[in-house]
Amino acid sequence: MRKIAIYGKGGIGKSTTTQNTVAGLAEMGRTVMVVGCDPKADSTRLLLGGLSQKTVLDTLRTEGEDVELDDIRKMGFSKSICVESGGPEPGVGCAGRGIITSINLLEQLGAYADSQSLDYVFYDVLGDVVCGGFAMPIREGKAQEIYIVVSGEMMAMYAANNICKGIVKFAEAGGVRLGGVICNSRKVDNEAEMIDAFAKKLGTQMIHFVPRDNMVQRAEINRKTVIEYEPTHSQADEYRTLAKKIEDNKMHVIPQPMHTDELEKLLIEYGLAG
Amino acid sequence: MAPNKTNTAIEIDPSALKEELVAKYPTKVARKRAKQIIVNKVDDCGEVPEMGANARTIPGIITQRGCSYAGCKGVVLGPTRDIVNLTHGPIGCGFYSWLTRRNQTRPEGPDDANFMTYCFSTDLQDEDIVFGGEKKLRAAIREAYETFHPKAISIFSTCPVGLIGDDVHSVARDMKEELGINIFGFSCEGYKGVSQSAGHHIANNGIFTHVVGLNDTPPEGKFKMNLLGEYNIGGDGFEIDRIFDKAGITLVSTFSGNSTYDKFANSHTADLNAVMCHRSINYVAEMMEKQFGIPWIKVNFIGANSSAKSLGKIAAYFEDDELTARVEEVIAEEMVEVEKMRLDVKSRCEGKVAMLFVGGSRAHHYQDLFAEMGMKTVSAGYEFAHRDDYEGRVVLPNIKIDADSRNIEELDIQPDAKRYRPRKTEEELEKLKSKGYRFKDYDGMMPDMENGTLVIDDISQYETEMLLDKYKPDIFCAGIKEKYAIQKKGVPMKQLHSYDSGGPYAGFRGAINFYREIDRMVNSKIWSYVKAPWQKAPELSATYAWEGMSKEG
Repeated sequence: MRKIAIYGKGGIGKSTTTQNTVAGLAEMGRTVMVVGCDPKADSTRLLLGGLSQKTVLDTLRTEGEDVELDDIRKMGFSKSICVESGGPEPGVGCAGRGIITSINLLEQLGAYADSQSLDYVFYDVLGDVVCGGFAMPIREGKAQEIYIVVSGEMMAMYAANNICKGIVKFAEAGGVRLGGVICNSRKVDNEAEMIDAFAKKLGTQMIHFVPRDNMVQRAEINRKTVIEYEPTHSQADEYRTLAKKIEDNKMHVIPQPMHTDELEKLLIEYGLAG
Repeated sequence: MAPNKTNTAIEIDPSALKEELVAKYPTKVARKRAKQIIVNKVDDCGEVPEMGANARTIPGIITQRGCSYAGCKGVVLGPTRDIVNLTHGPIGCGFYSWLTRRNQTRPEGPDDANFMTYCFSTDLQDEDIVFGGEKKLRAAIREAYETFHPKAISIFSTCPVGLIGDDVHSVARDMKEELGINIFGFSCEGYKGVSQSAGHHIANNGIFTHVVGLNDTPPEGKFKMNLLGEYNIGGDGFEIDRIFDKAGITLVSTFSGNSTYDKFANSHTADLNAVMCHRSINYVAEMMEKQFGIPWIKVNFIGANSSAKSLGKIAAYFEDDELTARVEEVIAEEMVEVEKMRLDVKSRCEGKVAMLFVGGSRAHHYQDLFAEMGMKTVSAGYEFAHRDDYEGRVVLPNIKIDADSRNIEELDIQPDAKRYRPRKTEEELEKLKSKGYRFKDYDGMMPDMENGTLVIDDISQYETEMLLDKYKPDIFCAGIKEKYAIQKKGVPMKQLHSYDSGGPYAGFRGAINFYREIDRMVNSKIWSYVKAPWQKAPELSATYAWEGMSKEG
């Protein structure tokens, strides 16, 4: 079983990329579980065809201690297994603590046990690594492999670089490694070259360049991944390629985060000057 | 027996002992501790060396200190009987701060509320931490209101409440409106500040903002005052009440032993504030002076002579011949019994050695009682006091405000537009001062201690054990956490937070109780017979790894 966490700046397209990639892997016949680690609980919407999932924390709250695995898992597109951690409304409580609680519960209930014959677990984690709770999926050997979704926009690269700092901390203590960065294109000038150079500077790779296409939006409004909504579209193939690249990926590194000066230099070189 | 011990203590070179105390610490720690271990030296002007007080405890050191929540809920507001004190947090914080301080209270009749025997908590669970605890807090307040119909409910924040950001103050405001009683919250999360002292300050601010001044009805009585920083441990407050009654002094409110909500609300009508524990309550005294014009003085009712002196100081303030005469009468009358017991006990205790490491004023006040018995305090220190409690308020302008202190709100108090009423005119104040009368002044502990005594702030367990080995004191005074380690060393130990099961020790009858108790303890040999089997016949012996290593620079 490969345990993968997807990080990246808020709004960069982590959930969309994750679900489309999972759809690609599921289509290949892999057994994949997606654990949404965002209090909004919208990380599995495209796989499930809507927000119909009862979250782990809601279930825990209403059912008390008597919780079964099937109460919190739901089957999605192509037999993908969907779980939403859930959490408090914005501005109250502690969402990070919620993620810790729900991942612990999943473990206790045997969601990761050999008997489940999982090939992949994907953790889709909210925005930046804001506190200990959001680092939970990369602590204590939960996820071993991280992919960062990024674009050619400056703030997305800043965030990616910051996330690498978090990875270094946990990589030294545990086994977590960076598998690569996924460029979710925003049609920035020289985007592919810049992200490629950015990835190399971090000591990793740009595992795939996902072009921007309105088909993604169309599929989303229909509550579906592109692979399900329009299987023959070229964008569906892009996600299939990404899925295949992740399946075949052998490059797992401890990243070397950049200093801000260095990062800005790179931006000027490829972006503004180009 | 006694002379030998005294000699042991006197022969010790405190400077050399200080060196020895810090020698085991890593260099940086040793440097820090050296600022908090001071060989006392009072110069001709009464000035003493600087004490490094109110600084963070070094992680790893076993400290005596408590937390901000303990200072706010446990110390300052715990002794009030008719406010529902609701702990917002996991159950442990509420449970372990429940009735542990032995503050007593005396409801005035069967209808008078007393909630001190209850422990109120929101009992936060995992899911409340995740989803926020405000709803549960509202529910708890409603439940407390429906069950008890109290005059007021106060909310105390514990650490997790601060971490998850529950807004206890907005909940308090909403519920106050909903239920129509006074409800107020304290952001006294345990992690605030360097010790419980932060919690005292937070409590002072809260009680002053939300309760003091709510009722302007003047109470009856000619000589009206408040007693601040007296928490009625073991009935201390009752004994002081008795003395005031006898002398004809009206106590509007005590902060906060045997206190009630209504007394706090009315306390600004008093004409004098007398401060016992300067550390925990001076903020209220200062704020009442600024807003209402009530002067404050420092008093001490621990020790018969100190009590007599404090009574005299109060009488002198009111400048009334009748009161002065009555106070003198009371003192003369009370001192008869006191002297009889004192002389008897002194014959057996004279020359014996005491050490006090407790509180933020007790380590100072109790030296008076020991002195009355002819006993000598060779070493003392506070848990959570500030520099002014060691060196006197003269150092206040020179105290560096660090980030930890800045973190605790300092209220900006202005004279009340309608109710500010200076109790004495400038001329009257000047006249009193010219006679040597001192307002808002505290000299601190060190000027009262002999040269060569060792003053230690925030003493550690290790240092405690070293002192016991070196000085071999006849009695050691501290709190429950230290008690058993000290007794295992064969030294009698008296708790001066909770008085073990004794008290009162304040006032005249309290002094008699204390003389008797200490006589019993220091003249019993029971603890010297304590020897554990392994001390007599060790089966194993070993050294610590660091004992073999040379110390790095």
